[in-house]
Amino acid sequence: MRSVIILFPGTNRSRDMTMAIRRVSPHAPRLVRHHETDLPATDLIVLPGGFAYGDYLRAGAMAARAPVMRAVVEQARRGVMVLGVCNGFQVLTEVGLLPGALMRNAGLAFTCRTVTLDVATTSSPFTAGYGAARTITLPVANNDGNFHADEETLDRLEGEDLVALRYVDPTLSNGSVRRIAGILNPERTVLGLMPHPENAIDRETGGEDGLVLFRSLAGLFR
Amino acid sequence: MTEQEAGITEELAAEHGLSAQEYRRIPEILGRTPTLTELGIFSAMWSEHCSYKSSRRWLRTLPSEAPHVIQGPGENAGVVDVGDGLAAVFKIESHNHPSFIEPRQGAATGVGGIMRDVFTMGARPIANLNALRFGDPDHPRTRHLVSGVVSGIGGYGNCVGVPTVAGEVNFHPAYNGNILVNAMTVGLARTDRIFRSAAHGPGNPVIYVGARTGRDGIHGATMASAGFSEEAEARRPTVQVGDPFVEKLLLEACLELMAEDAIIAIQDMGAAGLTSSSVEMAGKGGLGMELDLDAVPVREEAMTAYELMLSESQERMLMVIRPEAERTARGIFRRWELDFAVIGTLTTTGRLTVSRKGRVEADIPIDPMVDQAPEYDRPWTATPMPAPLDADAVPAPDSTRQALETLITSPDLASRRWIWEQYDWMVMNDTLGEPGGDAAVVRVRDTTRALALTVDCTPRYCAAHPETGGAQAVAEAWRNITATGARPLAITNNLNFGNPERPEIMGQLVGCIAGMRRAARELGFPVVSGNVSLYNETDGEAILPTPVIGGVGLLDDISRRAVLRIANAGEILVLVGETTGWLGQSLYLREVIGREDGAPPPVDLASERANGDLVRALIADGLVTACHDLSDGGLVVAVAEMLIASNGVGAELNNETGLPLHSFLFGEDQGRYLLATPGPGEVIVRARSARVSTAVIGRTTNDGLLTPDSDSPIPVDVLRSLHEAWLPRYMQGG
Repeated sequence: MRSVIILFPGTNRSRDMTMAIRRVSPHAPRLVRHHETDLPATDLIVLPGGFAYGDYLRAGAMAARAPVMRAVVEQARRGVMVLGVCNGFQVLTEVGLLPGALMRNAGLAFTCRTVTLDVATTSSPFTAGYGAARTITLPVANNDGNFHADEETLDRLEGEDLVALRYVDPTLSNGSVRRIAGILNPERTVLGLMPHPENAIDRETGGEDGLVLFRSLAGLFR
Repeated sequence: MTEQEAGITEELAAEHGLSAQEYRRIPEILGRTPTLTELGIFSAMWSEHCSYKSSRRWLRTLPSEAPHVIQGPGENAGVVDVGDGLAAVFKIESHNHPSFIEPRQGAATGVGGIMRDVFTMGARPIANLNALRFGDPDHPRTRHLVSGVVSGIGGYGNCVGVPTVAGEVNFHPAYNGNILVNAMTVGLARTDRIFRSAAHGPGNPVIYVGARTGRDGIHGATMASAGFSEEAEARRPTVQVGDPFVEKLLLEACLELMAEDAIIAIQDMGAAGLTSSSVEMAGKGGLGMELDLDAVPVREEAMTAYELMLSESQERMLMVIRPEAERTARGIFRRWELDFAVIGTLTTTGRLTVSRKGRVEADIPIDPMVDQAPEYDRPWTATPMPAPLDADAVPAPDSTRQALETLITSPDLASRRWIWEQYDWMVMNDTLGEPGGDAAVVRVRDTTRALALTVDCTPRYCAAHPETGGAQAVAEAWRNITATGARPLAITNNLNFGNPERPEIMGQLVGCIAGMRRAARELGFPVVSGNVSLYNETDGEAILPTPVIGGVGLLDDISRRAVLRIANAGEILVLVGETTGWLGQSLYLREVIGREDGAPPPVDLASERANGDLVRALIADGLVTACHDLSDGGLVVAVAEMLIASNGVGAELNNETGLPLHSFLFGEDQGRYLLATPGPGEVIVRARSARVSTAVIGRTTNDGLLTPDSDSPIPVDVLRSLHEAWLPRYMQGG
């Protein structure tokens, strides 16, 4: 699988993401910085976690306007897979590749913990590998993980089976509406999620449930 | 003489924190009256904070050498060899005073400063730790301070993307007017690529990189000046404000440049900003430096030389680079959108010459300023050893269960989850397990190794008898590292005390250092970096003496380590180390009986070492399935903590020591570990041949009950929810 990791100033989980991709693919991801206007040919574009531009103004808002994002949107429209994790999910909503918005956590504090999630759909290239094992454990680490969208959008997301992940315990969802932790675009080629699959890739640290997502993707591009 | 110099008096010097005697040395060194800028530079360099004038003679007595030590005290951070061509670079530093005034920014900039100390040396930070002391939970400011400090620490480290992996927090009324915020950073560097601050090569450019300079934090290292009333408004001293986003950029840019052969010397601008960094770099290299302050990137208008030299604006670095590398260096910093300015050159004059708008504002011979910095042998009186408590004088609790519940819900022992869930402890993918164990274990990427990291101090022991307390703090750090299976390597220390001009306070400092020295030497645990914070007192009320020890250990193989969590029922609990039921200065005495007295538990370093070496060997040989050191609250609290970290496992304890049950359960004898093992036979044989005292004190069960004696089984689930509930409830105001 050829992959590209986008680096904004303030991105801080690119190393973690690189580690995860290296576990499933012999090809090291290419790192592409925010001011680039072209992307190399790739199967997957990743927007990793962090605090792009310090999250000043609003999480993801300035990153969405970085030069590289025009190329990301263009590639996404052509069907290239896009994975946005945490800050990356925030950027995807800001740039309009996914609906909704991520607001300040309901508890008004940064939250770093392991949460249990339901894989709400396995019919996506990201989640296909979860098969029958639909309850997984992934870490979250964010300040703005409180997913919101209007009722109509939420109904559409559910109606089209675009909710990818849900928090099992509503008290650990940082306030996210309908317990939503991750969503897909209608073409099912873009996934945004708050939990960090790249921090759950070995038993010694956060478990291995995140690795399944990367394996699912890599399996498509052998 | 200019108009400005005419105003330089002993009074003005006193407002800068210099005594009359100290001030008189300045004209002697200069051969004339100093300018205001020069007075500012001298006062900063001779402040307690920068010169260590009260503590230096005592700090020198600490052992700092070992074969694995690459860099001891005197640089930005200590460096030890961890194998595979890699080195651990680490230091702890206080940010106490600013954190009391403005807890969020004070704590945040403390974290930022210590991370810069570490990456200045060429290391990528891989872990942050912190040691916090707050006042009485019932004090009206405490809740606000806890909330601000925690969000400041988290906000900074989380944004930079360095995991905060461990810490300690105590509450005591002695900190009502002076909280302590000590931040530690550990980084990894290549042993052949350690950067230092001594500048070389006259003519080489001096480069300023990072954030721009404003008027924040002027006099952070000395005292606020109110001398020039007409200028007072313009010289508003403020707490520094941190920008972790800029720190992240600065970190990446510096590491990128360090991979090139460009940097000759580098120093972060911490306390006393441009002053201390320029003096440090030129002084250590035996050179001089000319600075053109007009070239300093600024974010405020019309700053004077005085202000520019003393500003403590954050996220700035000073470097000397090879002239031919200037283009490359400039390109890197431009790409990271950071300021890069040549602000001076190295000279052979041995003088620091500072000009502003074509005028020389300071011209100081560096060596005399550094060599003639004041150093004091302040009078001190030793704290006498309190009489040991008579065992019969400490009553048994009404119920063991109640006493245990009181302890594990007490402010000093309740779960810290509310705090560490606000810290990103997992970023970088190398933190093994959640925070809350004896020492955090962080992998050394691409090797089988890991670092074991801890911060420790028991101030109530230090207050009762400083020498014992100082030794205990070092021993506990050593023990916490050992309990994971790792080999303790070296320590960094943060000495927090009251006013050293009071002999009893100076006596606490001298005593704690004596204890630390003894323990560091006998445990082979040298001090490689540190920081001293004095004058932590309000209205003559000093804090408890708090010499915080940050310890670093090395685990050769992460598959051979021990954790708190007990996996299985039917295992045997073996207590390593001697139990005498010592209740003096124990948490049981304070929290359950309501007294703070007696002598602290003695620290027997020979048995400490023997016990620890045995435990480490047992873990390495795979004979131990879980391990915990015994500290605050004694044996039964250690068992409770292990069961709370486990899943459905219980334990039954037997007291066959002949001691009263409460001193068996709650005594705080030092040098002890609790092990879970399926094979106690071999453990005991090995202990005997190592002449280490062990006792089988119980076994693990599958009933989910902690049974300290046959009468009082306590459901672990109940203990867990009590333990978890205190801090969140307190923070909600309940």
